[in-house]
Amino acid sequence: MADQVLDAKGLNCPLPILRAKKALKDVPAGGTLEILATDPGAVADFQAFCRTTGNDLVEHSEEGGIYKFLLRKKA
Amino acid sequence: MSDETNGGGAIDPHTMSIIVTKGSLDWAYPPFILSTTAAAMGLDVTMFFTFYGLPLLLKDLNLKVTSLGNTAMKMPMMGGHMGMPNIVSAIPGVDRMASTMMKNLIKKKGVASIDELRELAVEADVRLIACQMTMDLFEYELEDMIDGIEIGGAATYIEVATQSHINLFI
Repeated sequence: MADQVLDAKGLNCPLPILRAKKALKDVPAGGTLEILATDPGAVADFQAFCRTTGNDLVEHSEEGGIYKFLLRKKA
Repeated sequence: MSDETNGGGAIDPHTMSIIVTKGSLDWAYPPFILSTTAAAMGLDVTMFFTFYGLPLLLKDLNLKVTSLGNTAMKMPMMGGHMGMPNIVSAIPGVDRMASTMMKNLIKKKGVASIDELRELAVEADVRLIACQMTMDLFEYELEDMIDGIEIGGAATYIEVATQSHINLFI
């Protein structure tokens, strides 16, 4: 469903953010990137990342220790 | 007076400089994590490596950590956290072993290695400046350093700092 999916499970700070930044390069403007992570710190980090970079954190959820983030790349 | 140092204009808030003064495995992490994350968040970042931070620019990194004199270093062991008596850390070979154990722990927990973080910093156009004086002092050669670094002195750093919103000394 998302334009790109990034599996950042098992990666610790700051890798989820760094990998997401890299993955966003291949996402078209206005497109979406889904990120899966196991690092609980990623919850606050992706919110901060999106606030600072102007990308939109459409939604985030957690299930069974896996955090899911849906980012929309800014236009 | 401050107008003269920054040209009279406002400083771009998305700018950061870090003076890196330490080079052990544990001290290498804060500057590289901060610089790569800041760069990923759109900041212009400069790192100035001086004194014991300079070896972090060597092509061959062989970073070590020691618990000697570091009462805060307690590693997860046998369900708890354990430190090591100074007298044990002082035994030859113990630091090398502790460093290997720490690197294994880092790998196991999915934390990036310093090599990887440094590569990401270079990729992200983080400006890496080696302190000329330290290179002379400790007799380091430019050929031993990674590619893409600049050389500069204190004035070089100060100029960067006057244009940076965030200036950190690590």
